[in-house]
Amino acid sequence: MAGASKAVADSRANLPFVYRQYSAEQLRNVLYKMYLIRRFEEGAEECYTRGLIHGTMHLSIGQEASAMGICMPLAEDDQITSTHRGHGHCIAKGAEVKRMFAEFFGKTTGYCKGRGGSMHIADVGKGNLGANGIVGGGIPIAVGAALSAKMMKTGKVVVSFFGDGANNEGAFHEALNMASVWKLPVIFVCENNGYGMSTSTARSTAVKNIAERAAAYSMPGVIVNGNIFSEVAEASYKAVERARAGEGPTLIESKTYRHRGHSKSDRNRYRSKEEIEDWMSNRDPITLFESELREFGFIDDKGIEAIRGAVAQEIADGIEFAKASPSPDVRDTGNYVYTEQA
Amino acid sequence: MPTEVILPKVDMDMATGQISRWFAEEGASVKKGDVLFEIETDKAAMEIDAPASGVLRDVTGKEGIDIPVGVAVAWIYADDEIYGAATKQDKAPISPLVGEMSTKSTEGGAVPPASQSVARPSALPGISPSRGEIGQSASVARATPLARRLAREAGLNLSAISGTGPHGRVVKADIDAALSSPIEGGVSAKRTEEGAAEDTALAPSTAEMTPPDRPLAGHPPLKGEGDVLRLFEQGSYELVPHDNMRKTIARRLVEAKTTIPHFYLTLDCELDALLALRTQINAAAPVKKTEKGDVPAYKLSVNDMVIKAMALALKAVPDANASWTESAMVKHKHADVGVAVSIPGGLITPIIRKADEKTLSTISTEMKDLASRARSRKLKPEEYQGGTTAVSNLGMFGIKDFAAVINPPHATILAVGAGEERAVVKNGEIKIATVMSVTLSTDHRAVDGALGAELLVAFKRLIENPMGMLV
Amino acid sequence: MDAMVRELSYAQAIQEAMAIAMDMDECVFLMGEDIGVYGGAFQVTGDLVDRFGSERVIDTPISELGGAGMAVGAALTGMRPIFEFQFSDFATLAMEQIVNQAAKMRFMLGGEVSVPVVMRFPAGSGTGAAAQHSQSLEAWLGHVPGLKVIQPATPYDAKGMLLAAVADPDPVMIFEHKLLYKMKGPVPEGYYTVPIGKADIRREGRDLTIVATSIMVHKALDAAAALEAEGIDIEVIDLRTIRPMDKQTVIDSVKKTSRLMCVYEAVKTLGIGAEVSAMIAESEAFDYLDAPIVRLGGAETPIPYNPELEKAVVPQVPDIIAAARDLVKGVR
Repeated sequence: MAGASKAVADSRANLPFVYRQYSAEQLRNVLYKMYLIRRFEEGAEECYTRGLIHGTMHLSIGQEASAMGICMPLAEDDQITSTHRGHGHCIAKGAEVKRMFAEFFGKTTGYCKGRGGSMHIADVGKGNLGANGIVGGGIPIAVGAALSAKMMKTGKVVVSFFGDGANNEGAFHEALNMASVWKLPVIFVCENNGYGMSTSTARSTAVKNIAERAAAYSMPGVIVNGNIFSEVAEASYKAVERARAGEGPTLIESKTYRHRGHSKSDRNRYRSKEEIEDWMSNRDPITLFESELREFGFIDDKGIEAIRGAVAQEIADGIEFAKASPSPDVRDTGNYVYTEQA
Repeated sequence: MPTEVILPKVDMDMATGQISRWFAEEGASVKKGDVLFEIETDKAAMEIDAPASGVLRDVTGKEGIDIPVGVAVAWIYADDEIYGAATKQDKAPISPLVGEMSTKSTEGGAVPPASQSVARPSALPGISPSRGEIGQSASVARATPLARRLAREAGLNLSAISGTGPHGRVVKADIDAALSSPIEGGVSAKRTEEGAAEDTALAPSTAEMTPPDRPLAGHPPLKGEGDVLRLFEQGSYELVPHDNMRKTIARRLVEAKTTIPHFYLTLDCELDALLALRTQINAAAPVKKTEKGDVPAYKLSVNDMVIKAMALALKAVPDANASWTESAMVKHKHADVGVAVSIPGGLITPIIRKADEKTLSTISTEMKDLASRARSRKLKPEEYQGGTTAVSNLGMFGIKDFAAVINPPHATILAVGAGEERAVVKNGEIKIATVMSVTLSTDHRAVDGALGAELLVAFKRLIENPMGMLV
Repeated sequence: MDAMVRELSYAQAIQEAMAIAMDMDECVFLMGEDIGVYGGAFQVTGDLVDRFGSERVIDTPISELGGAGMAVGAALTGMRPIFEFQFSDFATLAMEQIVNQAAKMRFMLGGEVSVPVVMRFPAGSGTGAAAQHSQSLEAWLGHVPGLKVIQPATPYDAKGMLLAAVADPDPVMIFEHKLLYKMKGPVPEGYYTVPIGKADIRREGRDLTIVATSIMVHKALDAAAALEAEGIDIEVIDLRTIRPMDKQTVIDSVKKTSRLMCVYEAVKTLGIGAEVSAMIAESEAFDYLDAPIVRLGGAETPIPYNPELEKAVVPQVPDIIAAARDLVKGVR
């Protein structure tokens, strides 16, 4: 994305990274996207509650700054691999919510034509190689994609999102090691929301910070406040630069929190109401970003209202689109198992 | 343990049987040896005795449905035995076989046996009774899928074929053998193409049936019941479902007429000498005292003498006393003469064994007994299976001449017409003689033209010189 | 112009196929443990690293899961990796990537992507490598829709099927029996493919159909040759592909011979023999069976170390002869 003009940049010299790096319009668009993620998750949840969506889903409410911050410096043809909590990544990488809703509704207009659902939401055209139902499953795949980028000299960077739970999978360690050995253009983003399902990182992980794992694989390990957009975006920006320069991978630990349970079956027995309440009231990433934007003069209340209204409209339209879309024909169950060959 | 009462195999090619009648009811006390029920097989009704003494329970074998042989149809509990020891699932009522029409009687089975054959309620077009039979035989016999398919296609009854594979399994080679040898498959291993039986039944013929083995000119082939019924206005007919005898007759005759290359030889025999001798012999019969008063010890019929003449003719021309099989000619050492007996609903052919060795009076007495038991369907299978030739006589109806269908494994059958006075020319003069036309149907595979003629000439010589039959 | 045909070993044939594929398409590359200067544990890659460089013949760390995942990711993004497991047994470490990712990626994404990865699995017993280096796990992968699983039995097929696998848009798993690597056979020079999903009738016969895979094809042919003297005429079908299976060739053969025996090295139960048998039982060929179907497979045991025991737990030629004779003569 293009940077702000020099004059503007000078006037923002003391502001945090993103306010120096990006234009007001770009930043307002970030707010729009963060709201879009939030409202998408809420809309999906409501549709689920009404029985319009089956299966389960893992909501990323509370993690919007992390998704947006990481994707901020990525070009459209850069790639990501995502996780079961991947709706935010998908939107942040440029997906249309109407086709995401359609996928959740199991419709042919969905990104996966109704075959993948929430857990495999993808948008290959925008570089999202797919969410993954297997914890850590996308990490080696991202490294492989980075290998492709290197071998084919495309200049692409690949981001692998994963959660704190994945850092204890073998795939994580194998993938980080190889990415580092071969200095591949990949960024490992651990969105540490504190719990792998019900088990806290304190109970599951030997190191205090997952970023410390980076030392074992001889790559930078960066810890950011995942609820502060600017912090996340800045770390991502540096990692992308390093990757594009052929210097190899970076591990970013984005400390954040999910407001909702692990999935729709979560009864929240492993954390307290007070804890959840604290994150929601005092550290909500949208609230934090919104007040920064207001404080630094990038937006006013009217602008915020306009964004909220536009987001609400896009969400409503998206749900309508999904509802109106056709379901796949049960006779087509065999489609997409293998490549159709003439 | 209660004693199982099974549906026994009482006939060599029997895969299923129908219980035509129970003589003891659920809960009745029976003694070992009491008649429990009667089975209707293809040709006979057999009474089955209780295998043990006790109380009859769980009568699952209902009357009038096809039941595989060996299946338990009831249990007998000893007097001191607690009822309910046998497992429940064994005692579910036996269902009619797949595709078979439902039972002859309505539910409850209270319809008396006499009316059963007309009480079948659901002889609907398109339901083929014979299908159940196939499924049945297939489920009883141990056979490979290939053997099953070949048997199905050839219309063979698998259970009538002895398997040479492991565990007695019927394999393809056994089917090949059965197909190449009519005897191998037993009296009725073969059956007709589905639907042929129905067609035959709807076009009834006289006692000596010649089933229509090809459709009438101008008509499409009549494959099934529906095809036939479509030709008639609804309500213009009554449907009488086939009993086992009718099905057997139909399939055996179709088989005979379609697989045996028949040819026919006709001769006239003068009977005057024979009739005179018969009168003489009957007049000489000693008197026997019976409950009904004094009766002659025997009374020969012309037919008895025909039987004897046929037997002796075969002895005189032994090459004609044969049965055809694919690999070898079966040359019989005795002349066993089957005699077609018309009975209600069909016909049956009891056999006079070694008729060549038997006296006329013995043949006569035996024939009367066989015919009478045939009419009451009490013949045992060994009394009507086999034989080396047969005689069919329609003379009593005044039939002048006809051709009969060979009954395998026979190679010949003699059709006997009425003895009637005819003008005959002898030495240039017209004289009156009692003449009987006979037609020998011959299996050309076993008996060629000249040989058949030789046999018929030998027969004629005996009929016209009947004293030869007394020595 | 007819291609020159030489005698090559199975391993050489695979190596030649990989070289041809890499020459033809720069997206093709090799990954695996010790496939570079070492030449691969079974010398299949040999000196390819000298020809194509270490950037296209990549020695991976001992990281089967990560390595397989990378191959999947590279395939997903335009490359054509050929991934070698050092022993097929080690694929158990990478099942997640093979089964959950490679096999399902196209489906999960509604046909938006494909995963043209080739994975090679040196398999089978007979080398004294004992229980963890001798298994035949092809049926595991054969059970997964989305994968194609092949077992070439000859050098000719090894080359042709590998080239077909590289050209295939979907993940193809190649199980190579280790004892076949040194077997020689005619192999044409240059590029050719042997189609995936087509069985091959290696020997025509009347009396019995033997469906065999991999090394068992050769054992079955030896058994058939021995039984010819007894007047028993055996048809040997080399299944070649276990997913998608060439049902029709087997069905047609069984309809002709009326008898079926399946011979494979993997553990007998719940495997290829079960699949072929059930497929026949469900097919039109059922009505042509004139004997029970027989399976000859591996014993229900891990592969033992002792060489005599090792031979005893997988079907050998005398076992096939005895079973075939019994089947045809009606002892079974």
